[in-house]
Amino acid sequence: MSTANPATAIQAADILSEAHPPEKKKRRSIKSFYPTWFFIPAVALYVIFFAIPTFSSFYFSLTRWTLFDSQFIGFDNFVQFFRDPQLYTSFIHTLIYAVLTSGAKVIIGFFLALLLTGPIIGRAYLRAVVFFPVLISTIGVGIMWKSLLDPFHGMVNAVLGFFGLPQPGWFTDPNLALYSIAGVDIWKGVGIATLIFMAGIVAIPNEYFEAARIDGASGWKILRQITIPLSKGATATVIILSLIGGLRSFDIIWATTGGGPGFTSDVIASVIYKQYQAGFYGLSTAGNVVLFLLVTVIMVPLSYFLNRKPVEL
Amino acid sequence: MTRARTRAWIVGIIAILVSIVVFLVPFAFVLLQAAKTPSEASTLAFSWPTTFQFLQNFWDTLNSNDGVLWRAIINSAVLTIFSVAIMVLLSAMAGYVLARKRSKWGPVVNFFVLAGLIVPPAVVPTIWVLQGLKLFGTMPGMILIEATFGLSFCILLFRAFVGNIPRELDEAAVLDGAGPIRLFWRVVLPLLRPVVVTVIVVQSVFVFNDFAGPLYFLPGDQNVTVQLALYTFSGQNLSFYNLLFMAIFLITIPPLIAYIFFNRQIVAGMTSGAVKG
Repeated sequence: MSTANPATAIQAADILSEAHPPEKKKRRSIKSFYPTWFFIPAVALYVIFFAIPTFSSFYFSLTRWTLFDSQFIGFDNFVQFFRDPQLYTSFIHTLIYAVLTSGAKVIIGFFLALLLTGPIIGRAYLRAVVFFPVLISTIGVGIMWKSLLDPFHGMVNAVLGFFGLPQPGWFTDPNLALYSIAGVDIWKGVGIATLIFMAGIVAIPNEYFEAARIDGASGWKILRQITIPLSKGATATVIILSLIGGLRSFDIIWATTGGGPGFTSDVIASVIYKQYQAGFYGLSTAGNVVLFLLVTVIMVPLSYFLNRKPVEL
Repeated sequence: MTRARTRAWIVGIIAILVSIVVFLVPFAFVLLQAAKTPSEASTLAFSWPTTFQFLQNFWDTLNSNDGVLWRAIINSAVLTIFSVAIMVLLSAMAGYVLARKRSKWGPVVNFFVLAGLIVPPAVVPTIWVLQGLKLFGTMPGMILIEATFGLSFCILLFRAFVGNIPRELDEAAVLDGAGPIRLFWRVVLPLLRPVVVTVIVVQSVFVFNDFAGPLYFLPGDQNVTVQLALYTFSGQNLSFYNLLFMAIFLITIPPLIAYIFFNRQIVAGMTSGAVKG
């Protein structure tokens, strides 16, 4: 980073050594002290348990499959996936869920980070309590919220009823279930977004804020012109991470509604599990390929776009 | 100045009150439920237990269903310890060489490491591979799977950190007669201690909390992990909400301890790993 960086010094030494053949010999000997076989165990695990399954999923998604033998049936699994309303709605739900949770985490996380890097009392406590749900078991969180949001006995509805407000069936109303789960997901995951935004905001040099204040900029203007544009890196990270998490999310849905009522809160990941359980391995794998393509189609251009756009001050 | 201070107090107090409602009340609810009698817990009310039987529920939960939770705790401990040990060692080795060697394969390796972070694992084909290796439904198979799924994250952290260790150290060690393995074990790995701690803590929490992995790849009553035990428990024991919430409390203890003692490492791991992803 700075000119005193040892890495640049080494680079300089490398360039020098090119000019001096005896030095070059010494450099080569040091290189052989980084044995290539150090890769092999990691590569072996990656290839066997990740790469082979991923690549073979493209073939098996085109088959009727019992794990022991497979029969090629072309695109039938995909046709079924996008024709059967129980299956293709999961595709739409996945999109809604990912965009909703990701967007909420960006907005809430940013303002929480602003609050928690600002001058307020009880900051350490607030940071700890916002972040803690990130670390606890998703299944535990799911069961806990299922009880809190119980339509008849749950505490939330008891409070709503006390104030004379409507008491919705959070996880039992077909029109609401997916959004209730998204809410629980945001509750659990906003801490990590806050943490990343806090790291981003703290990294902004203080001189910018001081200069702006001397120039008489209002708090709102400082936020719009300095904090938001200079937290772009953190924003990109939060969007990418929470979108990946949202598109792949399974645990929280399985622990609260199991995709129900009916299929109204099914996402691709839960369809993959249900079809696996039912023994339709080819169809399950087709769901996996759909999820893979969806994640790739969204993430590749998005990360390219988010990383390339320069910051304008 | 005083105006700024009153503002700090007012905003702080509002934030604390909101945090109590949003975060502490749900946690308190779990604790209160865990201390109640079965009939009282079944009303799901946010109330103080009339008879306080926290300790009794503690033992009842651990010993319910023939002590399935004991077995789950042991299984989860074995799974977490071994998979994290493997993933730390392998990714430290790979990250170290990746950071030191500049080769034309760099971009390719980068691509696969990032793919490992983004791509959702193909579940049924993974089961097919595991069955081919006779590892499906076995603890060693599950350990290798968890180790594989954590590799990308760890390699990124290790590579970034090794980049900050001056190469002169390697050269000095080599001049003193160290071989490649000695160089790695005795010189580089001790310097990596801060990242090693971070990786161990963060990945232990991940593996311990993983639900989908054991759900797919580790079926069978003997192999149950804590997350699966809790999930099964929630389906069966609807008349014993007190024990269910005690189980939630029990499996929250390990992450809680990790958070109390390794707060800084967890924050460092989550943000630095995140920035790379």
